[in-house]
Formats: sequence, C-alpha cells, structure tokens
Amino acid sequence: MEASVARDIGVDDALRGARYAAWRFVLQRASAAVLAFCVLVHLATIIYAMRHGLTAQAIVARMHASLVWPAFYALFVVACAIHAPLGLRAIADEWLAFRCRAADVVLAAFALVLLGGGLYAVISLAA
Amino acid sequence: MSTSADPTFPVLIWRGAADGAFKRYDVPRRASQTVLDVVTHVQRQIDPSLAYRYACRVGMCGSCAMTVNGKARWTCRTHVDAVATDGTLEIAPLSHLPLVRDLVVDMAPFFDKWAAAHGQFKPTATRYDDFAKVPPGTRARRAIDATIECIGCAVCYASCDVVGWKPDYLGPAALNRAFTLAKDVRDGDGIGRLRAVAGDGGCEACHTHQSCTNRCPKHLSPTASIAGLKRLVAQAAVTGRL
Repeated sequence: MEASVARDIGVDDALRGARYAAWRFVLQRASAAVLAFCVLVHLATIIYAMRHGLTAQAIVARMHASLVWPAFYALFVVACAIHAPLGLRAIADEWLAFRCRAADVVLAAFALVLLGGGLYAVISLAA
Repeated sequence: MSTSADPTFPVLIWRGAADGAFKRYDVPRRASQTVLDVVTHVQRQIDPSLAYRYACRVGMCGSCAMTVNGKARWTCRTHVDAVATDGTLEIAPLSHLPLVRDLVVDMAPFFDKWAAAHGQFKPTATRYDDFAKVPPGTRARRAIDATIECIGCAVCYASCDVVGWKPDYLGPAALNRAFTLAKDVRDGDGIGRLRAVAGDGGCEACHTHQSCTNRCPKHLSPTASIAGLKRLVAQAAVTGRL
C-alpha cells in the first residue's frame, strides 16, 4: 500500500490538508475565470493599439487618464499571482514529488514576486 | 468447436514477476473467441503454471481485467477480432498495481483506496425503520443512475495517468464510488466523505484526461463523478462546512 494513503497523520492534519486542497482548487478556478476575461481584453487592447498605431507615450497617457485601466491591470496581476503558483505547485507535486511545507513557502514567495512586480509596474504607469 | 486444423496465431503473455518477460504461445484461432478464452487455452492446454484471475466470464465480477495490446480491458468480453487487428495479441498484467506473478496483480492498494475514500455506505436508518423510498426521478438519484454500475475491475485505475504519476491519488474508481455515496440520500457520511476525497491525493488531482471514461468497459464516466465531487467539495469549502 502506498505510504501516503495509509499515512500516519493526525485527524487535524488531514482535515487541514483537505480544506487547504479545496481552497487551492476554488482559488485556481476562480482566478482562471478572471484570467479568461482579462486575457481577452488584453489581447483586444494589443490588437487595437497595433491597428491604430498607438505609441507607448499614448498608451501611458491613457493609463494616466482613467482609473479603469490601472484597476483592470491590477486585477490581472492579482489573478496571475494566485493562478500561476497554484499551477506550478501541481506540477512540482506530480513531476518532482515536491509537496512539503518548503514547496508552499517557495511558491508563496513566487506569488509575492509576481504580485509585487506586477503591481509595481501598474502603479508606475498609472502614477 | 475447435479442431486440430484450426489455424494458430501468436500470443505474447507476460510471465514471471516484475523482472519477467513476454513468452510466445501459438494459440488456435477460433470464431467468437475472447481474450479470456485465449488465456484459458494457454493455461489448460499448453502451460498449466500460468497464473491469471477470472470468475464469472460474463462481465459481471470485474476480476479478469488485463492489459491487452497496450490497453487495459476486461478480457471476458473482449473479442480477439476487436483487438488483434494485426493478427497478434500481447497480454500483460494491469498497470499501477503490484505484480504478483504472470497476469495476477495485487488488488489490495486499489481497494484500500476505496476504503480511504470512505467507499462504505454509512446508514442513517436502523433495522426498525421502513424501507427507504428513493424516487427514481429525483435529481440526486438520476446523478448516480450510471455510477452504481461500477464492477470494480480496475481498468480505469490502470488507465489513469495521474495514478501513474502520483501513487497516492485515490483514482477514478474510488472517487466514482465516493460520488455515488455522496449523492445517496440514505447515506450519513456527508462531510466526512468529502473531507476524505479532498487533499493532495483527492479529487482535485484529476486532470480530466478522461482515459478512465474512454476505457471503462461499462461505459461509465468516472470523470463526470470526479467533477461532481470537485463541485461538492468546493461548495462545502466556500460555505464553511468542510
């Protein structure tokens, strides 16, 4: 019998693990739904900018002109920061059997890097 | 009816333990012959030391599953005509389960996972209560019309990529069973079962490859059952019941 099915862990640990897994699932699906919307808008924006010959300065000017675009890209960044580390966690788990506490710490750090870098870029363009 | 004039065809059968090898047997080719007929012929007419497992021979017991030409199948209902498209057969034990010998695998891990997924019915009534009346047209009952037909043959388990990658994954059959009981209005395990099928080796690990659904000899969809469990677990988590 595989060790982990018959693993000797406490009931509290098993329950925490179940809740953690369930929330990871919910967050990944919810962030995927947000990303599906954001990616479509982002692609449409790119196509619009290319077809209308918008310069980088014109794009930055539009970012300054309204809170809608910074808010949209902040949402995009938050969804990425949730979605990407959860996907990497699943890959690390299946392909590298890397699922200990250290894996969660590494991926939480990765999430913070994505969140910090992304929001820094958004704020820099909007400010 | 066979005669000594029946033409033969080559059949490769796995012999020995994990370090064994395929051995060739020339088996008479007959009309309406099943893969189980082939294995039985080899064991009874050629090499009585061949170990394999079967019981009912009519697709009810789920004990004769093997890997036939690379795919897990129930051998009693698999016609040679349907699988030996190039005129040969390669018969191996099921994947993802410890090999005992020849075509026999140890099914204990498979059924241990049924137990780990709380695959046991937990009654809420006593022997003094009347029979439960479950209207067949209700949504919960219709959701499990098909799932209750699982015969536990482990074809889905042997076909699942995730089981191969992640040995503690509960697998399609155990999760299909858990979903069946989760939708059974008579069952009392509710949240306890959902807790058992969440976690690293639980329903969220399914990639929806649908190999289980593709290979299930009963044409069930464990993938749909697992998706149902994902919804139930997510609802329980979001509403604070998990």
